[in-house]
Amino acid sequence: MNEPILQARGLVKRYGKVTAIDGADFDLLPGEVLAVVGDNGAGKSSLIKALSGAVVPDEGEIRVDGQPVHFRGPLDARRAGIETVYQDLALAPAQDIASNLFLGREKRLPGWRGSVLRALDAKAMRAQAQQVLDELGINIKSILQPVETLSGGQRQAVAVARAAAFGTKVVIMDEPTAALGVAESAKVLELIAKIRDRGLPVVLISHNMPHVFEIADRVHVHRLGRRAAVVKPADSTMNEVVGLLTGALRMGEDGVVEEVRHAVTTGLGEHRKSAE
Amino acid sequence: MTLNLRTPAVGPTIALVVAVVVFSVTTSTFLELDNLSLVVEQSLVVGTMALGQTLIILTAGIDLANAANTVLATLLMAKLVVGGAPSWLALLAGLAVAAFIGGVTGGLVTRVKLPPFIVTLGLLTILTAVSRIYTGQSVPVTDPLLSWLGTRRYLFGGIEVTYGMTVAVIMYVVLWYALTRTSWGKHVYAVGNEPEAARLSGINVRRTVLSVYLIAGLIYGIAAWQALGRVPNADPNAYQTGNLDSITAVVLGGTSLFGGRGSVLGTLVGALIVTVLRSGLTQAGIDDLYQNVATGVLVIAAVALDRFSRGRQR
Amino acid sequence: MGRRGPLGRRVGVCLAVAVVGAVGLTGCTEQRYWGGASVAGNGAKAKIGLVTKTDTNPYFVALRESARAEAAALGAEFSALAGRFDGDNDGQVTAIENLVQRGVNTILITPNSATGVLGAIKQARDKGIMVIALDTETDPASAVDATFATDNTAAGRQEGAYVKAALAGKAPQLIMLDGTAGSTVDTQRHTGFLQGIGLTNDSPAVLGHQSVNGDQNLAQQGMENLLQRAGNVNAVYTLNEPTARGAFAALQARGLTAQAVIGSIDGGCQGVQDVKDGKYAATVMQFPAKMAKLAVDAAAEYAKSGTKPKGFQDTGSMVITDRPVQGVRSQDTAWGLQNCWGK
Repeated sequence: MNEPILQARGLVKRYGKVTAIDGADFDLLPGEVLAVVGDNGAGKSSLIKALSGAVVPDEGEIRVDGQPVHFRGPLDARRAGIETVYQDLALAPAQDIASNLFLGREKRLPGWRGSVLRALDAKAMRAQAQQVLDELGINIKSILQPVETLSGGQRQAVAVARAAAFGTKVVIMDEPTAALGVAESAKVLELIAKIRDRGLPVVLISHNMPHVFEIADRVHVHRLGRRAAVVKPADSTMNEVVGLLTGALRMGEDGVVEEVRHAVTTGLGEHRKSAE
Repeated sequence: MTLNLRTPAVGPTIALVVAVVVFSVTTSTFLELDNLSLVVEQSLVVGTMALGQTLIILTAGIDLANAANTVLATLLMAKLVVGGAPSWLALLAGLAVAAFIGGVTGGLVTRVKLPPFIVTLGLLTILTAVSRIYTGQSVPVTDPLLSWLGTRRYLFGGIEVTYGMTVAVIMYVVLWYALTRTSWGKHVYAVGNEPEAARLSGINVRRTVLSVYLIAGLIYGIAAWQALGRVPNADPNAYQTGNLDSITAVVLGGTSLFGGRGSVLGTLVGALIVTVLRSGLTQAGIDDLYQNVATGVLVIAAVALDRFSRGRQR
Repeated sequence: MGRRGPLGRRVGVCLAVAVVGAVGLTGCTEQRYWGGASVAGNGAKAKIGLVTKTDTNPYFVALRESARAEAAALGAEFSALAGRFDGDNDGQVTAIENLVQRGVNTILITPNSATGVLGAIKQARDKGIMVIALDTETDPASAVDATFATDNTAAGRQEGAYVKAALAGKAPQLIMLDGTAGSTVDTQRHTGFLQGIGLTNDSPAVLGHQSVNGDQNLAQQGMENLLQRAGNVNAVYTLNEPTARGAFAALQARGLTAQAVIGSIDGGCQGVQDVKDGKYAATVMQFPAKMAKLAVDAAAEYAKSGTKPKGFQDTGSMVITDRPVQGVRSQDTAWGLQNCWGK
């Protein structure tokens, strides 16, 4: 088996009395799309924040390429090659696409103009931005268009392109299709596939089961602050995954999925069960 | 069609050109080179304060205390010289204190996370009072260095240019360059446009905003030097409307009060346009109160024209 | 956005070249070059520019309208400019420069501070423009051709003398409500009042003083605050009538109007009416209309013959009260209402 590119063991994060991450494990293998699913409040966004450096875990270990790392902020994770596409995209709408792609890591001109005058190499940045968009098949009129003139799907594409351009190890995407229509969602899924095909593994956080089953190679099911199961879409059904994330099903040590008796403990559930 | 964000706003530029043409035709005195030079000279102090104001407004802030800071710096410079300090030291002290006040403003905005409007509203009151405590009356300035920007002049292509104008042009060019051609500038725009996006992109938002307030403070210090060149008399009651005048110039120049959009070249146009109007109307024999009406109409008209030309963009 | 690069760069390069060229290629000098010459004498038409401190204060409105009327009567060209607030030296300098550019031959100015606008005045005079200070002196007085003004020190002295006499031998317990700190008028009236009443700034009889900028609301607030610790006040100096009204309101609220003599200066019609109504004991009237009329006449004469007036011309002041006291010349409010300004 491949060594995981990004791995976590026993992560814990507490906020006062609330435990957001409760001994979670995580494995991302090279070249795969790993979907992370979980109910609201299952703690999947806390997990993702820990992996992208936005949250510092209280306990546990994160490894990149087998090496332990300690992220103190998003910048550390980025330096380690982990790029994140946030749900609100983190784009500056008034600035053009090229500026947004290079926001926070602008390129300076070589020579004294760059080092003394701090001049930016606008030409190189534009060319490189255009190249990334072309490679990913993103069709946009001009690289100098302000982001605010783009459609929702195009903005998503720009944010994804930025992650793809700078991510050397991992791209993490938080609900990339949540705000999009059918056609635009399909394009974003295509984009994810292209990134994987370039050899960059992708972590996809999503609520949308059909999207997950369409694109993911493996599905990490998160429940009650930890990993409840990992399944392959090829070997399982959506119902199974939904069962796992609601707790109606459970995956044993041997990887066999079984039904959980009395898993549903609400009064209504008990009532229904006893009526059977 | 989307118009360029960083070119001076179209509406005000058109208004400026129209005003110049109208006054050139209707008065015999407006289009003299001397007068054009004079108009620039009259715009210097507000134009310089507006430069710092532009930076702060680009970060979605606002500075109500900029003129109060400038006035305090003029008093400090003038009083130190009167008290026997060497003039270069007085100048440096004035610049340093203005920059320090800028830094304090930035610190309160970034560290204590207070809205810039509140911070500078408070500072406006404090600085105005401090100025009046510091000296109850105006201080005449006879020192050649302190009035250097206004008194030293040379001919450039037949146009009279003061050192003050030269310094202002250099400042505008430097800031235009820094805002459009360096990472710092990109970060300033991003921070004003979408601070969370800037943070997630790895920009140190606090440091960027703090740097803006510090630089703005230094610019207000230079505005103080300009002010002493223009009126060699430091007066605790001067420039009471300087904050609003500078905001007017910034807004006329097409910079958005919401931050993240605008340009210093626009501000230059904005600063000139009000002065051109006053100069031209005076030479046309129009009284002061009507000039005020005209200025107000212009502000609304120019910005409306600008918005119209930009379509649905804000 | 696509247009930005080339356009922006071109503008930047032009500016940079201009700066470098300017600094490198030309020498420098301290001399001013601008402006056309002003023509006066030989029966030229009088072109008069008036620059007041502000155009909100009714006193300056009275002055301006009187000047405008006189100019119209004499067939002179007239335009009025103003600073935007007390202390707006820059605005007054700009106004002077623009009037010079317009080619006026006389500038009438009420300078914002005694020293603030001297440079611009000198430039105007160097071009042969006659400059007359109205209402407020410059320092030095020789910075202008002539000054037409109330002797504010004398007016203050009259106010002080009246208050002293009205106290009828009682020891004064004085509160002073001043104007804008640092303004010439404020200083002169304050000093004159103290001379008239026979006190100094350090006298224990001065219970308190505050700068209220000639503003009625600020005056009332200031007076209220001062009364907290000076309830035994029996004499009040006020810079002008709005200040006096504020002081009266504060005293009235505390029921102290009977024990305190309020003196004021200005002679606005509302102020005279206040005196008539018994709100304050006396006000010292100034004559801005006379000032403006004399100055416009002088300007017309200068345009015609080139003759300039000289020095300080006191346009006079008069105590207005219905309770005359021994040793202070005064007129009653009926006379006052006929001669007041700001009707």
